[in-house]
Amino acid sequence: MIEFLNFYLIPGLVLGSIYALGAIGITLTFSILRFANFAHGETMLLGVYITWSLVQFSGLHPLVVLPVAAMLTVLAVLVIDRAFYKPFRTSPTIMVVIASFGMMLMVRSVVQFFWGVQLKGMTPGIQRPMVFFDSLRISPKHVTIIGATLVLMLAVHYLLSRTKIGKAMRAMSDSPELAKLTGIDTEKVIRMTWIVGGALATAAGVFLAIDTHIDTNMGFKMLLPMFAAAILGGIGRPFGAVAGGLIIGVVEEISSYPWIGTEPLLNPGYKAGVAFAIMIAMLLWRPSGLFKGKVF
Amino acid sequence: MDQFYGIFLYVISLLTMGGIYAILALGLNIQWGFTGLFNAGIAGFFAIGAYVSALLTTAPSLRHLGGYELPYIVSFAVAMAVSGIIAWGVGKVCLKLRADYLAIATIGIAEIFRLILKNETWATNGPRGVSMIPKPFESLPEPWNQLAFLGLILATVVAIYFLLETARRSPWGRVMTAIRENEKSAMAAGKDIEKFRMEAFVVGCMLMALAGAFIAHYLKFIGPNATDPMTSTFLVWVMLVVGGSANNKGAILGAFLMWAIWSASEILTSRLPDELAIRTAYIRIFLIGLALQIFLQKFPKGIFPEVRPKPERREVVTESNASR
Repeated sequence: MIEFLNFYLIPGLVLGSIYALGAIGITLTFSILRFANFAHGETMLLGVYITWSLVQFSGLHPLVVLPVAAMLTVLAVLVIDRAFYKPFRTSPTIMVVIASFGMMLMVRSVVQFFWGVQLKGMTPGIQRPMVFFDSLRISPKHVTIIGATLVLMLAVHYLLSRTKIGKAMRAMSDSPELAKLTGIDTEKVIRMTWIVGGALATAAGVFLAIDTHIDTNMGFKMLLPMFAAAILGGIGRPFGAVAGGLIIGVVEEISSYPWIGTEPLLNPGYKAGVAFAIMIAMLLWRPSGLFKGKVF
Repeated sequence: MDQFYGIFLYVISLLTMGGIYAILALGLNIQWGFTGLFNAGIAGFFAIGAYVSALLTTAPSLRHLGGYELPYIVSFAVAMAVSGIIAWGVGKVCLKLRADYLAIATIGIAEIFRLILKNETWATNGPRGVSMIPKPFESLPEPWNQLAFLGLILATVVAIYFLLETARRSPWGRVMTAIRENEKSAMAAGKDIEKFRMEAFVVGCMLMALAGAFIAHYLKFIGPNATDPMTSTFLVWVMLVVGGSANNKGAILGAFLMWAIWSASEILTSRLPDELAIRTAYIRIFLIGLALQIFLQKFPKGIFPEVRPKPERREVVTESNASR
């Protein structure tokens, strides 16, 4: 039982927190800009490498430089939006999907060009886990990740429910036409969407890098679980995306627990397929997701 | 003389690969160009075709499933059928929803397929891939074997082109365009939209599998990383968008043109010092991505814009006509 907690459930929650942070950006772009952003994983990738460089440069802890890295990443995302997505605001949304699909490879190749493709580590050395009740082991980095995720989610909640721009974002997500009629500055809302999504993606990527390592495929690997989390929670439901992310993270990890006999239930090589299976099941059974999101 | 012979062989390989990509681009054209379906998992259907045909035609091997040594015609047909069935399954889930969902699901199915290829080593030899795949005409002397294979590819491209052109001009093709342009009015005209979309999606994926089968036999080897899945999917998209979506000539031209640029730029960068060569490889991907963005924004119709079939002139039956 304790082994289940130590090696399956807690890593699952950590991974789930990371998916959740990424999925918030996906669900916001999908509902406010109305397109599935394929470049979101690469936003994360860019954020991670910027953070890595800042850490190398300053010698500070990744979480200390994270705000600066997030700002730089957001800046890049805003430039991308201006140059590559904005020209399609009035075109059929599928054009932006193609543009973001192209952006995915472009951003990745820029990262590969400047930083190379070798594996890198965000934090040096191995940390000793903290032991509770003689057997429950939690590594400090996991506590940091879950704690920081909670703080960020509270911030998102505050932004969306208490601030004017947050309310405008929700209004635009519900009905862009109506939002425009009531005098909401849609470009401002779109900018805020990129800021929130880009900053959270950077955080998610950095947490993943702290937990594992850095490589240039990490953004693409995150893409499918993040889409699955957004669809599971319901498009346009940020807290649905959080729930979806946590569910997918936990299910991915516990799917290889030896539930029956001593062999892992699912070959760990197929872990990445879990998110896909959940997504397909959801699209079949209830495309609006657990929390009644939008279906396009 | 040797140098010319080398160039001659290079041009043949360029045309062969271009032709295989043209089949992929034509497959995508049915889906995206005519029907507006976003397939982001081209590499997956391509790989399905490659592996199925490879495993059915190779000699027995301890490293992977197979040893059936079936004739090509059977292996190609099975490869296309398997891809079509998988496409049908994906379509069943996603075609009712907006194009974004299909894009996500197809990218997913391509990933799942890659996981299977890597993990099920008993069947696919895992990351080491399937080698010693037979190649049509390989018993002929050099360069006739290469020329004959090229002929087979080009004949296939031409055949597919004429089939698709006929389909495009037929009522079926016009319904496709109607659905792409205005789904609601097509529905109001009593068209079963999901059925038509499904047909386009399945036929497109079958063509992609055919191209996959060709590449497995052409390279005589196929592995899960033979071509980076995203790069090949992406290349096909660039080919179609640059050549001209919804125009079969454009799809073919785009394929040959982009493949020539892609391949020639590889020759240029490979002459650089090692460290630089690896890095400039990423610049190539970046530039081809930029080309896609520029075409999307400035020349969305591509080199050959879509030409809609002219409506047939019908004799108006008036009373004076009828009484004649």
